Amino acid sequence: MLDYKNVEELHKDLVNKKISVTELVKETLNSIKLHESKLNAYISINEEQSLNMAAKIDKKGVNPDNLWEGIPIAVKDNLNTKGILTTAASKILSNFKPIYDATVVQKLKEAGAIIIGKTNLDEFAMGSSSETSYYGAVHNPWDLERVPGGSSAGSAATVASRDVLVSLGSDTGGSIRQPAAFNGVVGVKPTYGRVSRWGLIAFGSSFDQIGSIATNVQDAASLLTLISGMDVKDATSSSKKVPDFRQKLTGNIEGLRIGVPKEFFGDGVDPKICSLIKDSLKVFKEQGALIEEVSLPNSIYGIQAYYVLAPAEASSNLQRFDGIRYGYRADNINNLEDLYVKTRTEGFGDEVKRRIMLGTYALSASSYEAFFIKAAKVRTLIINDYKELFKKYDIIVGPTTPSVAFKFGDKKDETSMYMNDMLTVTANIAGLPAMSVPAGLVDGLPVGLHIIGKPFDEVTLLNAGYTFEKINNFNLKPNID
Amino acid sequence: MNFETTIGLEVHVELKNNSKIFSPAPVRFGDDPNINTNVIDWGYPGVLPTPNKGVIEYGMRAAVALHAKINQHTHFDRKNYFYPDNPKAYQITQSDIPLAENGWIEINTNGNYKKIGISEMHIEEDAGKNSHSDNGYSYVDLNRQGTALIEIVSKPDISSPEEAYDFLRTLRQRIQFTGISDVKMAEGSMRVDVNISIRPFGQEKYGTKTELKNINSFNFVRKGLEFEEKRQQQILLRGGTIRPETRRYDENTGETVLMRVKENSEDYRYFPEPDIPDVDISDDWLNSVISSMPEMPEARRKHYVDDLGLTDYDAMVLTQTKEMSDFFDETVSFEVDPKLVSNYLQGDVNAYLNDKQVDLQDTKLTPKHLADMIKLLMNETISSKMAKKVFKAITNGEDPNEYVKKNNLSQISDTNQLSEIINNVLNDNEQSIIDYHNGKDRALGFLVGQVMKLTHGQANPKIVNKLLLDELSKR
Repeated sequence: MLDYKNVEELHKDLVNKKISVTELVKETLNSIKLHESKLNAYISINEEQSLNMAAKIDKKGVNPDNLWEGIPIAVKDNLNTKGILTTAASKILSNFKPIYDATVVQKLKEAGAIIIGKTNLDEFAMGSSSETSYYGAVHNPWDLERVPGGSSAGSAATVASRDVLVSLGSDTGGSIRQPAAFNGVVGVKPTYGRVSRWGLIAFGSSFDQIGSIATNVQDAASLLTLISGMDVKDATSSSKKVPDFRQKLTGNIEGLRIGVPKEFFGDGVDPKICSLIKDSLKVFKEQGALIEEVSLPNSIYGIQAYYVLAPAEASSNLQRFDGIRYGYRADNINNLEDLYVKTRTEGFGDEVKRRIMLGTYALSASSYEAFFIKAAKVRTLIINDYKELFKKYDIIVGPTTPSVAFKFGDKKDETSMYMNDMLTVTANIAGLPAMSVPAGLVDGLPVGLHIIGKPFDEVTLLNAGYTFEKINNFNLKPNID
Repeated sequence: MNFETTIGLEVHVELKNNSKIFSPAPVRFGDDPNINTNVIDWGYPGVLPTPNKGVIEYGMRAAVALHAKINQHTHFDRKNYFYPDNPKAYQITQSDIPLAENGWIEINTNGNYKKIGISEMHIEEDAGKNSHSDNGYSYVDLNRQGTALIEIVSKPDISSPEEAYDFLRTLRQRIQFTGISDVKMAEGSMRVDVNISIRPFGQEKYGTKTELKNINSFNFVRKGLEFEEKRQQQILLRGGTIRPETRRYDENTGETVLMRVKENSEDYRYFPEPDIPDVDISDDWLNSVISSMPEMPEARRKHYVDDLGLTDYDAMVLTQTKEMSDFFDETVSFEVDPKLVSNYLQGDVNAYLNDKQVDLQDTKLTPKHLADMIKLLMNETISSKMAKKVFKAITNGEDPNEYVKKNNLSQISDTNQLSEIINNVLNDNEQSIIDYHNGKDRALGFLVGQVMKLTHGQANPKIVNKLLLDELSKR
């Protein structure tokens, strides 16, 4: 377990050789292994390569101008890592070693960061508890009986337990922010198009964004700066200039206009969470922000729209897993049809199949109008709701999740599981940047404060989170050792 | 009962862009399988398509050539289906808003002009190729996967197999002139699917369509449609009903054969492609494509008739293919008589191409050589008879001037030299002079023949004739 406040502090010690990169990597690996039997946060641990790289860096010394050199980072296992198993927590990719790096991974490597391991997730990032992983669920370090959230479960849990200070996740409907909230860490999903999706195994292409998870906003901002930017390999990536998000954190939010949608405190949200978050708003007020209750009338249809559109895209994206060119292939195949059906029947788990069916149904000729088109219209309405609000407000604030981390098996039916995303999903629907910052505890478990920003205004978003974090001083860690 | 026929065509044209529509892999044919591919073409996990602007531009050129309205705001869609040559299990195409719609081209069927509407034209990616072997394995070659295509769909304006044939010829011609495709049926850069229905005259509702797929020549399209038209008529006359079928044309029997009955159409679950932003074509971009359009055949025809003095017919024949027209233009640029060039291209050159079954650009003929040969003919260095020999030489890539020199083929036009030979011939053939004066025409021919014999055929026949007649009148 690392006892560093943030990456900058760790970097200083590396530069000053208070700790060598090799020692750091060894300690990180030990911490991971120590926790692994309890947490199951990793699908693969990149021990040999990490140690080799550490030795190389130690030989020449850490560059004082390069924050990331020698810093271990955990990467969600739906991000391609060249030559390293990348499974998306699915049996169908259980033998898949990509021949290329995701753009974000390439950026980490170029910066000299050490990819310490690939973290566990819900299969193909479809889930809110990690229970759909082919490799078994991740456990919440705050309470091993409880889920860590999902889908970036391992990435959040390993940061919460301080194996690493930062990790990468992906967020399609809340998959970074919800586990960040459940684990008492910071999770940022940037604006759609801010980070290249090249090499991210697609779930819902128009929703997916890669983002950072960290123990604090400062590190999350630094990591976001590193991975952001236009990529010719992703036509949906934006050519907008990337500010140094870390440098822009001022801690000053005087005059910030904050909208608090009443819908985010409605039915289905734990009243204890509602009151904790409402209490937290005082922090902003004290810092000179203006806070007003607002309405996002169409946000209540967010979940329904999302669970039509994202599975529709997923049903198409996941068709390539057919057992022909890579991944798992079923035995005893008699013909082509057999190959497809058996491979996919055996290779996909129940939740993935459920979403493929949902999406296939939504796209079929007879239901396309009633489902896909209608959901797309709801999407437009939600986008417009936000556009209206952002004319008057700089950020939107509410709780990240309707409940604290729940116990394994607690969500018996799918719809109650899907409701976990109700507060996070509209940011994906509208492509907006959003983050979760620890706000406090309810029943001894972490609660996240959810902030949504304007498109490509991560600076304001992160600065609000940073200011809140500084004043709120959450500073709690799970005790699993 | 009399029937009227309605024919629809769907034509796929492969674009000549250097790289694929959504990946940087090169577009090249005839290479080893799967050489010209990358992770995008394999449908590898995590890959994303990046649209090739050049493809959109080529599509715009085609649209302009088809007089179609270009949709300046459009997007791509996914068409979902499983097949090994389609590695993503979806094809990126345009189903919602095509790049262009509502165009037309004018066809000329036996002298009758008719406008045939184009309902739409969209861009999409091609699939790979599957092949099956005797060893029980099937092989997939993804070299073609991701090659850019345009699909052109005609309106139901075509009412005979002959018109369908003329439509295809005109369409190919126009596309070829835009320079965006080789448009060769034999090489698959142009592919045609047709559908045909018949209905009693006066009936408003169209009859049930049958489809003919994968036909590999325009001629077979015409023959297949003719067969299908008759087959449908016979069914209806017998009181039967036509089933919606997909059929193929059997080249050996000249008949169409059932492939499958289309009961319910497959559900491709089209939806907007989320990985590619909407395509916005600015006015500037559109205008630059329009203003840089290569000359279309009608412009060239007008130039040939108005400026070069060719007949309408000649102009039409010369503009059948871009190669021929380009070849003609370049030959004429060497300052030779356009009419002579036109005659050569339509005569000897065409005969040669037909005989060898090759395309002009695949021969060793060059405009320069043809021009030089015509010049030799015009300045009477060679006779038209010798020109046949020279033509053969230039089809082998030989320089006509050198060939003539090397083989000592130049004509003897020197009157002194010829007069001497003629006098010798006349002196040796007194009987022929008598025969000539007695009105026996054959005698003149014989005498000319003797002169040619002595000159190994190199005497200028025009001059020989004149000198001979002069000399005969003196004797």
